[in-house]
Amino acid sequence: MNLDSLTHSPGEWLRGDGPESDIVVSSRIRLARNLSSFPFVNRASAHQKAEIEKYLQERLTKLDTGGPKLHYLNVGALSPLDRQLLVERQMISRELANAEGPRGVALSENETISIMVNEEDHLRLQVLRSGFALDACWEEIDRLDDALEQKVNYAFGEEFGYLTACPTNVGTGMRASVMLHLPALVLKKEIEKVFRALQKINLAVRGLYGEGSRASGDFYQISNQVTLGKSETAILTEIRSVIPQIIQYERQARQALTRESRQLLHDRVSRAYGTLKSATMMTSEETMDLLSSVRLGVNLNLLEDLSIAAVNELFMHTQPAHLQKLIGQALDGEERNSARARYLRARLRELGSQLN
Amino acid sequence: MRKCQSCGAPANVTLTTVIGGQKQTAHFCQQCSEKKQLIKHQELNLSVILQTMIGQHVGASTDELARLTCPSCGIKYMEFKAEGRLGCPRDYKVFQKPLEALLHRIHRATRHVGKIPPHASRNASVQAELMELRQKLREAIDIEAYEEAARLRDLIRQKETSG
Repeated sequence: MNLDSLTHSPGEWLRGDGPESDIVVSSRIRLARNLSSFPFVNRASAHQKAEIEKYLQERLTKLDTGGPKLHYLNVGALSPLDRQLLVERQMISRELANAEGPRGVALSENETISIMVNEEDHLRLQVLRSGFALDACWEEIDRLDDALEQKVNYAFGEEFGYLTACPTNVGTGMRASVMLHLPALVLKKEIEKVFRALQKINLAVRGLYGEGSRASGDFYQISNQVTLGKSETAILTEIRSVIPQIIQYERQARQALTRESRQLLHDRVSRAYGTLKSATMMTSEETMDLLSSVRLGVNLNLLEDLSIAAVNELFMHTQPAHLQKLIGQALDGEERNSARARYLRARLRELGSQLN
Repeated sequence: MRKCQSCGAPANVTLTTVIGGQKQTAHFCQQCSEKKQLIKHQELNLSVILQTMIGQHVGASTDELARLTCPSCGIKYMEFKAEGRLGCPRDYKVFQKPLEALLHRIHRATRHVGKIPPHASRNASVQAELMELRQKLREAIDIEAYEEAARLRDLIRQKETSG
């Protein structure tokens, strides 16, 4: 599998289509699984980790997924830049990228499936879909899980379900999450209210890259906390029922903004677009914030030069590893900020002229 | 003025955890809370808070608990308490009692409901045995007892396919 060719496409999670995709960027389900006859990763020796990896790699590359074929990447053998690229594409976690020792990931070429090996658990299965598509994610990951379970013995007990290294994941081992773009709720300072309501019903809110990350670009991930004592179906039903309400709040906030302060909003969007088109130094953080305003502008028809797909592509391509891969060389912070600004200017000029 | 429960300096960070309706409060000074990464760039570090929480709630470390050790992976209950990660699947049995209290606080439940692996129920004791055999194999290789290692390897293969 050629990582360089991945660099040029936006990736599944930012493809920009699927149900409710103006607000729901992507849906994802992950399952934590462990082999029954090995210690958990944190307790395994380097030898054992190598043994686990070899054992799983053999079975994953031959796995009949009923869909796309899986390609196995030895994460330790990848360059730091390629590892970062996979993190930016949501194919591996930061933890797996930065870990040490034998570890890997089996990926499908279309980036809907990723199976991490030797992360916190022996196996972390993930299915990702553009838009609000939790049911499709569950169908696929359930099938994938069954297919894999034919080949390996999972650590499972009747009382506690799927046994995981951390007790916060035990039971179903399932974390279902939905990535939302909520710029209007942020602008109207109503986002905190939404968070508090979600916390009351035991759902977690995180930033773009999972645990501990900042919600840059107004992207928020909402996921279940509880994994024990509730079935997968029950957990999915809870999330599925709450997301439409948040979508509704965001839509109302967008309407209110266009009704009450259309000029201010238009100005904000135009300034963001103007800055992206003309700045000569641009941090990743500022780019995300400005693109968030631009994305809102496109969705509200305040900006006609760009499509959502194009904005999503810019989100992806201006991430540090993507940018360096596209330019074809490693760049330090300051060089990167200037290269990012240059890339944005050129690309926005190109996109603008395509439409005129 | 509250004192930091780590170093005794005046505390200005309060960590309140509410689990299953039970409230617990812990106090830290700025430095210790940063050291513990409870706060980082004005933002909450969920995983660290969770670990601190696990540490607090697992609490009640009687001597008996402290001495509990898993015969398969060798992890001590105290180590789990400190690290927040278990060592192997068998720990759920070995530490069952104190774990149930913790699971109840995290999930408000202590029993799995949901998917059961369709091909499961392969004998659990065979799995425990496999883990021990693998451990012996590792030891045999370490002391260069290659004949023993070969015998163990064949035995593992046989158990794997029949298990």
